[in-house]
Amino acid sequence: MTALLTTSTPVNVAAEPYLSLENVSKTYSTPKGDYPVLRDINLSVNEGEFVCLVGHSGCGKTTLLNMVSGFARPTSGSVKLKGQPITAPGPERMVVFQGYALLPWLTVYENVYLAVRSVFPHKSQSEKHRIVEEHLDLVGLGEAAQKYPSQISGGMKQRVAIARALAIRPEVLILDEPFGALDAITKEELQEELLHIWDEHRCTVLMITHDIDEALFLADRLVLMTNGPAATIGQIVTIPFPRPRDRERILEDPQYYRLRNSVLSYLYGHEANPEAAC
Amino acid sequence: MTTTLSSPTKSATVKFDLAKYRDQVLPPVVGIVGFLLVWQLLASANLIRLPGPWDVWMDERSRYLILHPLYRNSDLDQGLLRQTLASLQRVAIGYCSAALVGITLGILVGSSVWINRALDPIFQFLRMVAPLAWVPISLAALQRNEPAALFVIFITSIWPILINTAVGVRQIPEDYINVSKVLKLSKVDFFFKVLLPSALPYMFTGLRIGIGLSWLAIIAAEIVMSGVPGIGFFIWDAYQQNYVTEIIVAVIYIGAVGLLLDRLMSVLQNKIANQ
Repeated sequence: MTALLTTSTPVNVAAEPYLSLENVSKTYSTPKGDYPVLRDINLSVNEGEFVCLVGHSGCGKTTLLNMVSGFARPTSGSVKLKGQPITAPGPERMVVFQGYALLPWLTVYENVYLAVRSVFPHKSQSEKHRIVEEHLDLVGLGEAAQKYPSQISGGMKQRVAIARALAIRPEVLILDEPFGALDAITKEELQEELLHIWDEHRCTVLMITHDIDEALFLADRLVLMTNGPAATIGQIVTIPFPRPRDRERILEDPQYYRLRNSVLSYLYGHEANPEAAC
Repeated sequence: MTTTLSSPTKSATVKFDLAKYRDQVLPPVVGIVGFLLVWQLLASANLIRLPGPWDVWMDERSRYLILHPLYRNSDLDQGLLRQTLASLQRVAIGYCSAALVGITLGILVGSSVWINRALDPIFQFLRMVAPLAWVPISLAALQRNEPAALFVIFITSIWPILINTAVGVRQIPEDYINVSKVLKLSKVDFFFKVLLPSALPYMFTGLRIGIGLSWLAIIAAEIVMSGVPGIGFFIWDAYQQNYVTEIIVAVIYIGAVGLLLDRLMSVLQNKIANQ
């Protein structure tokens, strides 16, 4: 099995996908009847793959990720990680929340330390402290360790959230629009940092974004969602740029604009005519 | 050179203090003096049959009370500061047990939607019962004055503490709960790192309302339960003997202590909320 995984090409590992969603649908019951959010979702993600989800607001992207993180269960179909059905949240599928979700009464250091202590209870004290320091340095926050979340900027908070997520060595990292609230410059900085860190860690990443440039820069594959209700995967775009990626070189690549335009026209077309999605 | 430099800064600070004095200190002084004047005028004109502030000061008995807050002749005949301290001791016992029980129950009620639905109507009902109404009930139940007085304080001040704590627990932001779920935080960690700090501001709101109510309750309790040293019973006793000026002095003590307790809680609240 291991031999098969290492020798075969990373895309289309035949036997068992690392993370798989099979015929997944999600329906919320409301007083007015059932409301279908997602239907017929089929997606396999390989180990170490970086996948971005793009789609209009309300198309159920967050619901989809919630079923991977374990906060939501599919109405039908199955969500599996390494062949095991996902039933509850757990640290091996760490989430970087939209609103950072740092505890305001703990310092930056304590926020990360709480996670490390909870996930690695058997590691020695000094080992745990080393992990925290290492990951704060990784996101360039060694200096701000003793500050409280209220004393740092939004970009720094997001860095802490990423450091906290990476410190516990998740198998899957789930990011829900992590850079949506940041200014353009901070955003680009953080994208590059995330990519740099991911190049070293190589955990599997699922990320929601509204920013097509961001998705094209970061992801191996782009999952385009159709409009809700009853949204599904409309198209999956493989992004061919070699890694490690360099933003300027990508921007010079004529392929970049072809991809960008086709993604935009896909989203725009569906926005103009939602029925076309079905 | 030095003098020319220092003089403008000096005048600036003086000016600043003056503005602060005019805005902060002057209005309450004007208010209090005005209140005393109106009261004195109403009393002098015989519009109200109550001694004015001047009469309180001139009356021999009340002036003795003002000037000798610490005298002690017997259990029931002592200075007002001693009487107040006796009452405060009761408040401390009743209030602290209310805080302990209220916060514990509040966390329990806030943690479970089912328990909350079951008990909330009862709490909302009981909290409307005035301190005075609890006096006969607690006397009937406990038979003796002292424990009955403590119970009245306890039962009056527990509701805001309990209800606010429960609200605080229910208002823990979804994000924090999700983080604890993903990290699989232990129950102990969740309690001390998430629940408690998150609900703390609500608890303090409850504790602050509670301390005011407990002080109101002790007066009510002591007024009805005769024979215990304390500021409430002192008022009742003075009323029986028609010493109205004494009552007025005691009322000033009550108001001052209530204000002090509230300020104290507010300082504590700000200290802890700022962390």
